[in-house]
Amino acid sequence: MAKQKIDFGKHKSTLKRILNYIGIYKWLVLLSLVLAGVTVATTLYAPILIGNGVDLIVGQDQVDFAGLFVILRKVAIVICITAGAQWLMNHINNKITFQVVKDIRTKAFNHLEELPLSYLDSHQDGDIISRIIADIDQFSDGLLMGFTQLFTGVLTILGTLGFMLIVNPVITLVVVLVTPLSLFVASFIAKKTFSMFKLQSQTRGEITSLVNEMIGNEKVVQAFGYEDEAQKRFEEINSRLQKCSLRAIFFSSITNPSTRFVNSMVYASVGVVGAFAAIRGMLSVGQLSIFLSYANQYTKPFNEISGVVTELQNALACAARVLELIDEPAFKAEDADAVTLDHVDGSVTLDHVKFSYVPEVPLIEDLNLDVKPGQRIALVGPTGCGKTTIINLLMRFYDVNDGSIKVSGTDIRYATRKSLRASYGMVLQETWLKSGTIRENICYGKPDATEEEMINAAKSAHAHSFIKRMPQGYDTVISEDGGNLSQGQKQLLCIARVMLCLPPMLILDEATSSIDTMTEIRIQKAFATMMQGRTSFIVAHRLSTIREADVILVMKDGHIIEQGNHESLLARNGFYATLYNSQFAN
Amino acid sequence: MKRLLKYLKEYRRESILAPLFKMLEASFELFVPLVMAQIIDVGIRDQNGSYIVKMGGLLLLLAAIGLTCSLTAQYFAAKSAVGVSTALRRDLFKHIGMLSYSEQDTMGTATLITRMTSDINQVQSGLNLALRLLLRSPFIVFGAMVMAFTVNVKAALVFVVAIPALSVVVFGIMLVSMPLYKKVQRQLDSVTRSTRENLTGVRVIRAFNRQEDEIKNFDQENSQLVDMQIFVGKISAMMNPVTYVIINGATIVIVWIAGKQVNQGIITQGQTVALVNYMSQILVELIKMANLIVSISKALACANRVNKVFDTESSIKEVPNAKTADSAKSEANPVDAVVFNHVDFAYKNAKEDSLTDINLTVKRGQTIGVIGGTGSGKSSLVNLIPRFYDVRQGSVSIDGVDVREYALKDLRNRIGVVPQKAVLFEGTLRENMRWGKKDATDEEIYRALDIAQAREFVDGKGKDLDLFIEQNGRNLSGGQRQRLTIARALVRNPEILIMDDSASALDFATDAKLRHAIRENTDGMTVFIVSQRATTIKNADQIVVLDDGKMAGCGTHAELLESCEIYKEICLSQLSKEEVK
Repeated sequence: MAKQKIDFGKHKSTLKRILNYIGIYKWLVLLSLVLAGVTVATTLYAPILIGNGVDLIVGQDQVDFAGLFVILRKVAIVICITAGAQWLMNHINNKITFQVVKDIRTKAFNHLEELPLSYLDSHQDGDIISRIIADIDQFSDGLLMGFTQLFTGVLTILGTLGFMLIVNPVITLVVVLVTPLSLFVASFIAKKTFSMFKLQSQTRGEITSLVNEMIGNEKVVQAFGYEDEAQKRFEEINSRLQKCSLRAIFFSSITNPSTRFVNSMVYASVGVVGAFAAIRGMLSVGQLSIFLSYANQYTKPFNEISGVVTELQNALACAARVLELIDEPAFKAEDADAVTLDHVDGSVTLDHVKFSYVPEVPLIEDLNLDVKPGQRIALVGPTGCGKTTIINLLMRFYDVNDGSIKVSGTDIRYATRKSLRASYGMVLQETWLKSGTIRENICYGKPDATEEEMINAAKSAHAHSFIKRMPQGYDTVISEDGGNLSQGQKQLLCIARVMLCLPPMLILDEATSSIDTMTEIRIQKAFATMMQGRTSFIVAHRLSTIREADVILVMKDGHIIEQGNHESLLARNGFYATLYNSQFAN
Repeated sequence: MKRLLKYLKEYRRESILAPLFKMLEASFELFVPLVMAQIIDVGIRDQNGSYIVKMGGLLLLLAAIGLTCSLTAQYFAAKSAVGVSTALRRDLFKHIGMLSYSEQDTMGTATLITRMTSDINQVQSGLNLALRLLLRSPFIVFGAMVMAFTVNVKAALVFVVAIPALSVVVFGIMLVSMPLYKKVQRQLDSVTRSTRENLTGVRVIRAFNRQEDEIKNFDQENSQLVDMQIFVGKISAMMNPVTYVIINGATIVIVWIAGKQVNQGIITQGQTVALVNYMSQILVELIKMANLIVSISKALACANRVNKVFDTESSIKEVPNAKTADSAKSEANPVDAVVFNHVDFAYKNAKEDSLTDINLTVKRGQTIGVIGGTGSGKSSLVNLIPRFYDVRQGSVSIDGVDVREYALKDLRNRIGVVPQKAVLFEGTLRENMRWGKKDATDEEIYRALDIAQAREFVDGKGKDLDLFIEQNGRNLSGGQRQRLTIARALVRNPEILIMDDSASALDFATDAKLRHAIRENTDGMTVFIVSQRATTIKNADQIVVLDDGKMAGCGTHAELLESCEIYKEICLSQLSKEEVK
């Protein structure tokens, strides 16, 4: 009970915030509500008019054509009003819904760009994407349905009751008494079939799990000649599924005919009671026909509303997930007087830097490093030792916990992120390319580059020759994951991308994955060109790179355990020496 | 479609009776307005109370019969739909089991699983719906028109105009909006792509300070999506108002014409009401029909996807009169267990060969090490032995007979495979071990566990062979899983054992013990060990060094150190100087 209350409370605050989003369009919403009222009223009015018309058609030579014409003309006008109002209402509802959805989605996406990497790194991409795409979509469906159906549904029920009461209270009573029966029947069947559906979905789960296991590992199944055995197991579940599916589907499909049966009963009762009332002169034939058409309409909104309520609940839950993302605190705003780093000379000072991703697991405890302009710093260590942490700190993807990092003497926390990051050129091992043309990708850091600049960058990245061989050259479109390029080619494009801007400092991540020898040599050459005269931080795997580095940072389990150049580290005969001897010595 | 009909044939009776009963129900529904007309014309006019009650009773009776018919129809439809989907599922599972590695690679297991599960479920519900409603709705529409004709021809002519007009509107709007909805979906996909790109590339985007452009870009995609949605919405929003106008417009005309007819004494007031009722029945059914067509076309698309799997034939076929192991043995050269003869191999749809001109002769009982970088073709090489793939050129033979000439079952029965991915299945340890040999005794299983160095931890769990293994072996560590997969392959005591990089999660000591145990306990077994570790294959009788699909060298450790530059490089990068020697 208490839990439910909390849930309700949570929904309530979600609802309030959604209403805020919708509030921007309050005039449209108001118009929509007015139109809904008009639609319902005129929709219900039409049968009355037609009933009145029927009353004018009594028998041979007893037809009042003049009166009939007036009424039918009225019907025509009412119809036009209804249709117009309905269309406008639908259109406005669409507009409100999609605009609200757009607003929320844009807000969510914009927020994404401001979320700290610590959030993005610790949450799965799929989860965030599903919030921004699927959840918002689901929410829009629910919102649209809520708009169009909930309000008109309730109005229709109330309106029908009102009109019926005006025409004849006795028969109204009959309708009101009998209709709940169909709701009762529907819920009764739903309750009864619930266990059957549960069994069905359980069995379906069983079969899916077997299919996942067997077809997911079909190669192993075939390697061991297990196909027949698998088939046997599958067929056993399959035949069980057949039995319980049949039951579930059949018994649930009873609902529709049964409610229809109840509706027929309502119809018959209205007919009989109405006929007796007509005999007593309490009701005209035309009014009877009104009741008959109302009796048909009356139950429909009930079913719709119950559908809408679940849909709305679902929509609220989805909205809550999206709002949760939007509520996630953004990274710290920049100080108003943040310094713009220009004329960066390439000196970097790490002063008693302390950092950890989670407070319980201390990572970097006291890192001191003085990098002079143009020096090469190699980060060395086994995989997973935290080399990327250093990149995260240098680029200020994460802030240090204590101590400071200074670039050209300025603490990077007091510099604008933009100018700091513009001072670094970064080539990561995960080669991210944007879906778009090769041109767009190379010019990613400098969209206004000239053709010549771009080609020069590609040439110095040794990428020009393979790009030229592509079907559309620089205008070749790269698919999302760069599927039509080899790993090495992607790497070269990433290098070209940095080449074009060529900032004073570099962060490079040498590839470990297998790249064919020719491309590997090209990448090495490109790296070498880039590093000339630039302060470079390199996550290094190659012996030559490490040897030529001015400072080697040896990392293990997130800690920097040794620091120095190749000779001094070898002389120390510590971890680096062991690593070097086991991997590179000959 | 054709295939679906074949399956429906098995349920011919149900598939015919279901729509039939549904139509029966519909015809009873069509009588209702007529009865009501009688109540008005006879009951009310003549003030005949008992007639009214009688007719009321008739209405209830019609409803009851309708209910019975409808239930019967629902039952038959459900039985047929469920039956067909069950058979479809069974056959598809079997078919997938027969597809070779090559087809599995091209289609992807994820796709196969979706087709096997949700696609077939869609087919089932589509079929169920079609059997019940595909005939009913048109029947009511035309039935209502026919009934109108029995009442009065002149008034009924309104139906002849209204029905086509309604159909044009309903189906026209659907026809126009469906492709637009698809476009909306595509646009949504590109919004998704934008989002995903921004997540995966967040570091690069921030490094290049492109956040604002990305937001602008996203905004553009998003606005385009909304514009499309509103545009489609505008069209769909026309459905209700337009049909409403047509139906009620037709009603006005009917009332007017009926008024004239009544005035001339041709029809009665009650019949006028009946005509109006028929008109309103039509709209409901037309809209149902439109929705039905959407569902059915979705189900048909699923059926087509399922069909595509059925249409995919295994590229690995047995030759007629395939040889069994025994018949092959009698004519075999007893010394050369496995021979690769000028083998070229390419994966389907690949532009380049994954293996080029591989020549290798393996004597029975030898241990062969295969080493090379990722993507150098190590797995491809060993996958050719159990004929998981067929060579493009050249041949692979076992006991002197081309693997393509063996019966597949027989061939694979002689080979124990330990795949790269250590896959175990939900069930007891015993059940898992019996994958290798259906009737393996506990003793045989324990022996295999001993060799695979798995006995210790199995005993440690205290459940013996009844140890329950969760799906994918979640309750075991990576190393434990690997040892069990090795044991599973050993249970069948195969002639050839293939270990495809399957000791990678073991520490060096266990790895060494394992290799020692295999050497000691498997007399005459030919063993292929694929590895990235030099230590694992160092002591093999022959070592094959692969580089970019070509054989860069073949020989013993000592020979290769002398002759093969790549092998030397690999060893030196992994072993200390002392170890290399």
